[in-house]
Amino acid sequence: MRRFLINQGKSLLDNTRRQHHTTRRFLSILPSTSAPVPVPSRAPLVSLSRFLSSTSKMAASDSASSLPVTIDSINPKVLKCEYAVRGEIVNIAQKLQDDLKSNKDAYPFDEIIYCNIGNPQSLGQLPIKFFREVLALCDHTSLLDESETHGLFSTDSIDRAWKILDQIPGRATGAYSHSQGIKGLRDTIAAGMEARDGFPVDPNDIFLTDGASPAIHMMLQLLLSSEKDGILCPIPQYPLYSASIALNGGSLVPYYLDEATGWGLEISDLKKQVEEARSKGIAVRALVVINPGNPTGQVLAEENQRDIVNFCKQEGLVLLADEVYQENVYVSDKKFHSFKKVARSLGYGEKDISLVSFQSISKGYYGECGKRGGYMEVTGFTSDVREQIYKLATVNLCSNISGQILASLVMSPPKPGDDSYDSYIAERDGILTSMARRAKTLEEALNNLEGVTCNRAEGAMYLFPRIDLPQKAIEAAETANTAPDAFYCKRLLNATGIVVVPGSGFGQVPGTWHFRCTILPQEEKIPDIVNRLTEFHKSFMDEFRN
Amino acid sequence: MALSYDSLNENVKKCQYAVRGELYLRASELQKEGKKIIFTNVGNPHALGQKPLTFPRQVVALCQAPFLLDDPNVGMLFPADAIARAKHYLSLTSGGLGAYSDSRGLPGVRKEVAEFIERRDGYPSDPELIFLTDGASKGVMQILNCVIRGDGDGILVPVPQYPLYSATISLLGGSLVPYYLDESENWGLDVDNLRQSVAQARSQGITVKAMVIINPGNPTGQCLSEANLREILKFCYNEKLVLLGDEVYQQNIYQDERPFISSKKVLMDMGSPFSKEVQLVSFHTVSKGYWGECGQRGGYFEMTNIPPRVVEEIYKVASIALSPNVSAQIFMGLMVSPPKPGDISYDQFARESKGILESLRRRARIMTDGFNSCKNVVCNFTEGAMYSFPQIRLPPGAIQAAKQAGKVPDVFYCLKLLEATGISTVPGSGFGQKEGVFHLRTTILPAEEEMPEIMDSFKKFNDEFMTQYDNNFGYSRM
Repeated sequence: MRRFLINQGKSLLDNTRRQHHTTRRFLSILPSTSAPVPVPSRAPLVSLSRFLSSTSKMAASDSASSLPVTIDSINPKVLKCEYAVRGEIVNIAQKLQDDLKSNKDAYPFDEIIYCNIGNPQSLGQLPIKFFREVLALCDHTSLLDESETHGLFSTDSIDRAWKILDQIPGRATGAYSHSQGIKGLRDTIAAGMEARDGFPVDPNDIFLTDGASPAIHMMLQLLLSSEKDGILCPIPQYPLYSASIALNGGSLVPYYLDEATGWGLEISDLKKQVEEARSKGIAVRALVVINPGNPTGQVLAEENQRDIVNFCKQEGLVLLADEVYQENVYVSDKKFHSFKKVARSLGYGEKDISLVSFQSISKGYYGECGKRGGYMEVTGFTSDVREQIYKLATVNLCSNISGQILASLVMSPPKPGDDSYDSYIAERDGILTSMARRAKTLEEALNNLEGVTCNRAEGAMYLFPRIDLPQKAIEAAETANTAPDAFYCKRLLNATGIVVVPGSGFGQVPGTWHFRCTILPQEEKIPDIVNRLTEFHKSFMDEFRN
Repeated sequence: MALSYDSLNENVKKCQYAVRGELYLRASELQKEGKKIIFTNVGNPHALGQKPLTFPRQVVALCQAPFLLDDPNVGMLFPADAIARAKHYLSLTSGGLGAYSDSRGLPGVRKEVAEFIERRDGYPSDPELIFLTDGASKGVMQILNCVIRGDGDGILVPVPQYPLYSATISLLGGSLVPYYLDESENWGLDVDNLRQSVAQARSQGITVKAMVIINPGNPTGQCLSEANLREILKFCYNEKLVLLGDEVYQQNIYQDERPFISSKKVLMDMGSPFSKEVQLVSFHTVSKGYWGECGQRGGYFEMTNIPPRVVEEIYKVASIALSPNVSAQIFMGLMVSPPKPGDISYDQFARESKGILESLRRRARIMTDGFNSCKNVVCNFTEGAMYSFPQIRLPPGAIQAAKQAGKVPDVFYCLKLLEATGISTVPGSGFGQKEGVFHLRTTILPAEEEMPEIMDSFKKFNDEFMTQYDNNFGYSRM
């Protein structure tokens, strides 16, 4: 209780500090339609103040400004970057969650439901059993010498573990591997990608990483020398891109996805943005495409993808294809096609287009976020550029081996005839069909709300509804010195315990308001979530309706 | 082609990381051609035959496959304390190994780390100031990224150093301010050298912001004395530097005169004003010690006297990477709270750990003596860590030959060593050394049974090389 009161006091101080900066911050993340978002040269904005409940005597006071490391003397790029997915609203939610433990009656809800982050296993989704069997056997290899093991593990998981261990020198899963990842596992992944796309993959083009995020960081670090280097990013985007661009001192060149056409991408808009950026002296280096989209969930039509590939080739842009949601497609009229396949189908080879494709083990139906596994396939670069990518990978030595193994399993799951195949398919399809149902249910519920429109989630794990906030609500938000969508989200949290992320964290057309909500709470909880959301929204509109 | 080499980030092009550089690439090529290579280029114990400790692997395997815990026969394959510990760590997660944890790491594990630090040092430690990371390297990068604003900011780094520091400073566009360790004083640190380095940097307009110490040292292996640490901390206090204490080898101590003592403990022992004002970040890992779990990528850093708002910013940047991998967090928890006397698994755990440490101690001696028996080779004793860093006194003829081959002299030597013996080392130039003085770094990790043969192989190559290029002198310590 005392800690809570201390936090309240600290929160108050923080809020006072924050008030100076919130308005400026939400304006800055909204790129204007006419200009790219450069790194500002003025003093950096104070970032969201996430307050830690530290009562330690070890923590220094801020006023000791003679110290070498203070808020005024640290890297301004750190201060500038933002990441809303685990930002302010999540911090508030965590404080509420703590307080719920001792103050159940103070709240109109029993629990906090985190719909802010694509973290399926934290909301009850189970891992794929076969995958975990293999990982356990690789972690504790002496199990393979015990006869009892055959009673506890499936036959094919034992076989696969042997196969994988034979690809690891000395069967040492605790050793640093090759900096691109274990060769045999890259072979497996390459084969999986070939089977998916019908085009050859060179295992030497694959870099296994601790999740897709570090791979994306690596590429952006390579491409960005200064604010004169720009990266085209979709708006709305997953804020890893804006944050990483800020940390690397580059410029984000926005291109707007069109909400009215299911978050479609217009090549003419891309062209316009590139030309404007160039006219301001920015060298546009790459185009980021997230497919299926995050937060927007659209699956690109193949024709659109061809246009994008052609555009990159014409404009000399590296295509950065974030394809981490490739296994999350919920509609029968759309299909995932990798950009690699599209490019090769157009006849573009190694010498024609620079393409980096990212995949992760965190999403799909496997949802193995905490394992930190992923990879990028790097094609169409000269060898001197490739050497630099490799060099960057070596400084961190290698990615975690367990995650590497899991990436290979994801790209080569059980096949028909394998012992585990039937149960694997049942688990996989169970998860995916449930996700599709939840996506539909939540989409319909959101569309039923007054002033809310929500595009369908064709893929990924999110819904990104638009709310037509009444003028009164916008004014109330201004008074509270909060962005209108954040104001709505905080009210939602306090009324229902549901945590979503304000659209301003992803970028949106100025004057429009959204929030991102995951489709991940367990299916049994969805009706209750719908009810509470509906009730809250109605009373919110009753309060603020014009 | 969309991307030309010229347009790449200059900082990326400038950065070097010799540990997996030219020698390693050549060794890998030769290995593909069928040559037997002994990789001693990186501190990677399991790759050279060291077995993982049994208990942590049992616990993590159970965490990977929690359905095993429901099986009535699980007790036939796993001891009861491993089962209990797996349940304990799973209860600390919110969804097992597959869910992102708190971006700073699981609170329950951070609490265990804090308790370990308290037991080790005798002073309280706050879990809120401990962040788990995907290896200590990631933690070092995060902290340097916070400290370095541009090339006007300098970081004091020991020479020789582990090139993570030079590579990261390069990548971040900062300035490396070297301070030389004294080979003739067992790689000791002289505060006067420090003062000189700082003064020189400042005269060039550089703001020196931080000082790195690696204790025990890498590649040099020296263990800092308490007096030395006090001097360093006083120096940081006077010069307003944040001390970055890389203590990843704290379990690897091979002499008894200077046991490991943490920078934090010395700082707290010094009392006010030092203990309240000197800023310190300490790093640790599961990759070294007697655990050697490099492939897990597990580490942490603890912050002392860092302002809350800066801690928040570091937290914010950590959140962009979402979370460190959960398996490694559990390894960290197990490392800081291993089996205790009385636990079912204690005897085996103690036996395995002791076996590894005692063997490392023996190998440190074997290698040092082996090098010192070679012509023109002088080697300080490996007091700690995992490496030997012999000085190779290359005759002028060899240096000439290297020049002609277009190679740095120690690279030339190491390549020849590799081709002749299959021993893959890292040239001293990768770590930094005094002008005109050459070294190589090797690890003490090859299996004990293989050591004599490896040292013989090295001696044969070296003495022939020296004879080939020697003019009129030979020098050997033994």
